[in-house]
Amino acid sequence: MVAQETGLTAERVIDELKKCGVTHMVCLADTKTRFIYDAMMSQKEITLVPFCREGEGVAIAAGLVIGGKKPVVLYQNTGLYEAGDSIRTVALELRLPLLMIISYLGWRRDSPITDSAGILLEPTLDTWGIKYYLVQSDEDVEKISIGDKQAQETNKPVAILIATE
Amino acid sequence: MIESFEAVKVISQHRGDALIVATMTPGTELPVVSTKPELDLSWHWAAMGKASSVALGLALARPDRKVLVLDGDGALLMNLGSLVTIAHMAPPNFTHFLFDNRVYRCTGGQPLPRAGKLSFAALARDAGYPNVYDFADIETLEKNIDTVINQVGPNFVCLKVSPALEKPSFPYVPARDVVGRFRAALQRS
Repeated sequence: MVAQETGLTAERVIDELKKCGVTHMVCLADTKTRFIYDAMMSQKEITLVPFCREGEGVAIAAGLVIGGKKPVVLYQNTGLYEAGDSIRTVALELRLPLLMIISYLGWRRDSPITDSAGILLEPTLDTWGIKYYLVQSDEDVEKISIGDKQAQETNKPVAILIATE
Repeated sequence: MIESFEAVKVISQHRGDALIVATMTPGTELPVVSTKPELDLSWHWAAMGKASSVALGLALARPDRKVLVLDGDGALLMNLGSLVTIAHMAPPNFTHFLFDNRVYRCTGGQPLPRAGKLSFAALARDAGYPNVYDFADIETLEKNIDTVINQVGPNFVCLKVSPALEKPSFPYVPARDVVGRFRAALQRS
């Protein structure tokens, strides 16, 4: 599948998710994560659950966790701001282990972040006490498993930030 | 017009071993009358509107169990896209009861936008729910509920309920404890 400019490939991401035992990807992809979505369409091991708005996606994932499955929820950082009440209530308050893959809109490898969607992302996660890991290339993909382990051990959401520009 | 509390009682009496996710007004009433409280996810939801989405996740996780969601009309308006997502995933074990009281009862009784002029049944039908009902009296609910919840879903039932503002008192149980009890019961059953 399509390799991104930084060398992050969908196959490695999906293989790592399978290694973690992920059963469902609850998903609203953007242009930066579309390559993962496309690759997901051609596999059957992980069920794809598309949604309309990010707060909804976090709640669907919470229901899956409560029902005994292991979802990952994928969306853009702009959606994190919309999903705030769901993250606070159905993930943090209920202490649910939830891996979130978040597209880091605004992130630049070689220049300062100027877009507020990017500027606010890490401070927002810090404020909520949500740990996060930056994934730029295939070399970073193991951070998905590290984040998953942390989510399971702490019963909290953990964010994987996809930064490929 | 249906009294919300009476509708919750009827649903609970006919649930069998279905899992129930309840929010807003019916969420405050279910703990008082539930026949299987250990199989209820019912608490003071701060993430207003998200009960139907949690219920969808649950229905996908446990296709062997019927899942009933008792939703509020104001809550659904806050998460209207969930109708489309649920219809898209089309869980056959899913029934969505919408308590249409036309007010934000839990937050002061203010009228909803387009109160009384909006058809939630039409919205659900257009979103793609295959089975949609509009019940305005308790007898019709009692007569049809077994058929509704035992057929292949997703099913949508709009209940025209009274906007009465009194709320039953019920023992406060922290949401985390409700979920813990529910997960334990689900693993056992």
